[in-house]
Amino acid sequence: MPQPSAAAIDPKLLDILVCPLTKGPLKYDREHNELISEKGGLAYPIRDGIPIMLIDEARPLDEGPAA
Amino acid sequence: MSDQMTVFDRATVRRHRDRAAAGLDAFDFLFRESAHRLADRLDDMTRTFPVALDLGCHGGELAAALSPKTGIETLVQADLSPAMAGRAGGLAVTMDEEFLPFAQGSLDAVLSNLSLHWVNDLPGALLQIRHALKPDGLFLAGVLGGETLHELRHCLTQAEVEVEGGLSPRVSPFADGPDLGSLLQRAGFALPVVDSEIITVRYENPLKLLSDLRGMGESNAIAERRKGFMRRATLMRAMQMYMDEFGGDDGRVPATFHIIWMHAWAPHESQQKPLRPGSASARLADALNSEEIGLGVKPGRD
Repeated sequence: MPQPSAAAIDPKLLDILVCPLTKGPLKYDREHNELISEKGGLAYPIRDGIPIMLIDEARPLDEGPAA
Repeated sequence: MSDQMTVFDRATVRRHRDRAAAGLDAFDFLFRESAHRLADRLDDMTRTFPVALDLGCHGGELAAALSPKTGIETLVQADLSPAMAGRAGGLAVTMDEEFLPFAQGSLDAVLSNLSLHWVNDLPGALLQIRHALKPDGLFLAGVLGGETLHELRHCLTQAEVEVEGGLSPRVSPFADGPDLGSLLQRAGFALPVVDSEIITVRYENPLKLLSDLRGMGESNAIAERRKGFMRRATLMRAMQMYMDEFGGDDGRVPATFHIIWMHAWAPHESQQKPLRPGSASARLADALNSEEIGLGVKPGRD
């Protein structure tokens, strides 16, 4: 299990960011420090407080229910 | 694998920027110069822009140039390169200009300082920018235009044909002003204005120019370029030509940077629009205090 990076995301960014693939909403997963796009089935990592909104760096979500 | 729309290798663009991020200070003069020019243009606006995006922020040169007059309270600094975005600091985001991660109608202004010339799908990027803007939001961007590095392009082409008997694209194709104007319109922007200016930088020698381009993270990222390095003989021939053909009396060589400024608004009902034909409520003849001579033709339908 990778350690979540120390810096969390600035809440101001959460109001603005969407999934670049689906333009759908993102959910902030505090535990894993990821931004989850349920519609896109992708989890975008946050490294050093910087969200990495690149589709090819996102983690595909498992088939099972996320929550 | 490449299709027709893929001119630039985005992974290479990113790698060049990642590599350049740490030492950018020594090479960012062009970005800083154009950032100041962009900031000046923004100062001329009578409006304020509480939530703004710097799209392709490099090392944060634009943030440093912006004056408080712009009324920017939140500035998101976004770049394809995590290393550049990290350098810029503030509200940094790593993203791809071709897949914008910004919510519809979330931004008062999208600013971009010399970055969009590396985008393959510019019409798509413009459309996404327009969607991300609030109604009456501003898009203001400087991109490198067709005259950029024409000296270098000329010499590399000549030398490569001469020495190697073939050609590989070494300098990016850049957009032209009229194209950009119609792209803005097609992307649904209102009141688009496009103008351009030339910045000429004088270098001690052409090799210094090449090392500066690398330092800026701006070296060649054309997908169809020949893999591997240019032959040394070819490069030396090109550099010699550059000095012979363009060198000044002081022994320095010029390099042209052509910046095209795009300026447009997300549509809003408050903006001026042409009136419907035949909707005038006063006669032109009255305004001119003259007599109207009828042509026997009714305006409007039929």
